[in-house]
Amino acid sequence: MFSLINPDGTVRDRLPLTLQEMRGLYADMVEARTYDHKCMAMQRQGRLATYAPFEGQEAAQIGAAAALKPDDWVAGTYRDAALMWRAGYAWHLLIAGRTGDERGGGPPEDVNVLPPSITVGGHMIHAVGLAWAEALKGTDRIALTSFGDGASSEGDFHEAMNFAAVFNTPTILLCQNNGFAISYPRSEQTLSESIAMKADGYGMPGVQVDGNDVAAVVTAVREAADLARSGGGPSLIEAVTYRMGPHTTADDPGRYRSEDEAVGWGEKDPLQRVRSLLERAGGWTSEWQEELETRATTRIEEAVAEAEGLPQPTVADMFGRVFEVPTGPLREQLNEAGQ
Amino acid sequence: MSEVTLAQSLNGALDTALESDERVILLGEDIGRTGGVFRITDGLLEKYGKDRVFDTPVAESGIVGAAFGMAIAGLRPIAEIQFLGFSYPAFDQIINHVARIRNRSNHRFTAPMVIRIPFGGGIGAAEHHSESTEAIYAHIPGVKVVVPSTPSDARGLLLASVEDPDPVVFLEPIRLYRAVKEDVPDLYYTTEIGPLRVEREGDDITLISWGAMIKETRAAAGVLENAGTSVEVLDLRTLSPLDHEGIIASARKTGRVVVVHEAPRSAGLGAEIAAIIQEGALYSLLAPVRRVTGWDTVFPLKRSEGHYLPSVDRIVRAAEEILEA
Repeated sequence: MFSLINPDGTVRDRLPLTLQEMRGLYADMVEARTYDHKCMAMQRQGRLATYAPFEGQEAAQIGAAAALKPDDWVAGTYRDAALMWRAGYAWHLLIAGRTGDERGGGPPEDVNVLPPSITVGGHMIHAVGLAWAEALKGTDRIALTSFGDGASSEGDFHEAMNFAAVFNTPTILLCQNNGFAISYPRSEQTLSESIAMKADGYGMPGVQVDGNDVAAVVTAVREAADLARSGGGPSLIEAVTYRMGPHTTADDPGRYRSEDEAVGWGEKDPLQRVRSLLERAGGWTSEWQEELETRATTRIEEAVAEAEGLPQPTVADMFGRVFEVPTGPLREQLNEAGQ
Repeated sequence: MSEVTLAQSLNGALDTALESDERVILLGEDIGRTGGVFRITDGLLEKYGKDRVFDTPVAESGIVGAAFGMAIAGLRPIAEIQFLGFSYPAFDQIINHVARIRNRSNHRFTAPMVIRIPFGGGIGAAEHHSESTEAIYAHIPGVKVVVPSTPSDARGLLLASVEDPDPVVFLEPIRLYRAVKEDVPDLYYTTEIGPLRVEREGDDITLISWGAMIKETRAAAGVLENAGTSVEVLDLRTLSPLDHEGIIASARKTGRVVVVHEAPRSAGLGAEIAAIIQEGALYSLLAPVRRVTGWDTVFPLKRSEGHYLPSVDRIVRAAEEILEA
């Protein structure tokens, strides 16, 4: 497994990132975790619909997005808020989506991040199509799709991998192997030794990285992005990580995994190891930490206020989103619904 | 202007679409080298090259899902699924993604794409090759469902579907591919998605159909006319959205309606059309709305097709019954 930073923050190998870059990645991970904790709390308060936390997966998500260019495509899942945010999707839109508002699904024109896919696995092929189109248009944009270990069992994984390889599309297929598909463990999901090795069967490179090591993730995704941009086609990256929380706010992980296992993974925390590294390099102080947390809290609170401050959606909004121009039956029904 | 079959007209429309809009690309199984199982894309790979016309691996979900990504990224893909009975692996993509991205993204991302699917029976094909499950697609908010039955409509509706800012499931009646000929203008023109076509005007009874059943419906109208009945025939052409106004106007005029479709009766579109008529024209009706449809059985193999498909006789009988009412 490819890794650069040990869990204690010591560097395994020469780090291909600057101290400044590491500080930036750390700051982003702090902000993402602040968002995650806030959303868990808001869900408990009844202010959000079901929420799927990503705690523990910050390095995989922030690292992947940090390796992309601003106008690259991203197609992720309901657990990819950190990835989507780092790729340009605003916090307030992510929160709006979770409050149950379709307006959260529409990022600005210059942000090429699709709203999260809720069904498991269907979106991987979308990134293949997006990347394929960019190649045909002659741009240097690429597409990254993120999915979990569970999604690798879907038939759609096969079709996306196969199309990406056959048509040599500039796509990065990023599997965040977080150990579980709701309750079902990775060990039962596939008898394959790794998910990365499945790439062999499709004729594309596959690499397994320490998903809790942000430097390793950035490096692996950069390599895949360079390959894709230079016409070298798709890659599969398996980021091995761990979902510290439940699948969503609707389940109890105690029913399917041991406390010891979670504690063990806690020691590999993606934020803590960068903090140790920065501390050792003289790039971290408690004042800076406080500054980061205050700034993150302020930003998230502002985003919450903006999302919760959206006016009540109208009936016409709902009917208006079906087609560009509402059809006759929709106009009739809107008239009926509006009365 | 040239006289062409429905199949030739579709081929010509695809040619025109590729020629007039560089965003248009075609993808599907066997559509390149062999020109598709029904040869609808014949010659297009040779003419437009391998960056516009793609033979794909055998994966319907992959075809529609990749086309969806392409559409979001600004292309105008036209995907072909070989038979309606083979479309269900792609159903998840259509109902969960293609039809919903405008809603999910609050208009930020859209999927202007066409999914072409041959459908219908009567050609003695193998199992799964004769399906008429159009009602399943017409039930999905966010996709339009179009069914031409004439060569000129095929061209106009296909070009309109390519231009449409939203996804279109474009169903092609297999039985009519080479059974009808018509003069079709060699021009770029579109036929509006939505409005039905009045195939013939009449005063005593309305026969409503679409796709391949237009053939039997037309023949039944001829029989009835010979017996002195003035028959109106409506070809719906678009199954989603249905032309409520056109259906209701004809029902009000004639007071008698027979809906003819190849699909199974229960929860078929005939039920929806009958409901539209009773909501909008009940007090003009002189008799109950009748449905002449395929049965609620599995579509049979060749030797039993005659037991299943609505015949001219069945349509005439149903019409005569309500004409006597």
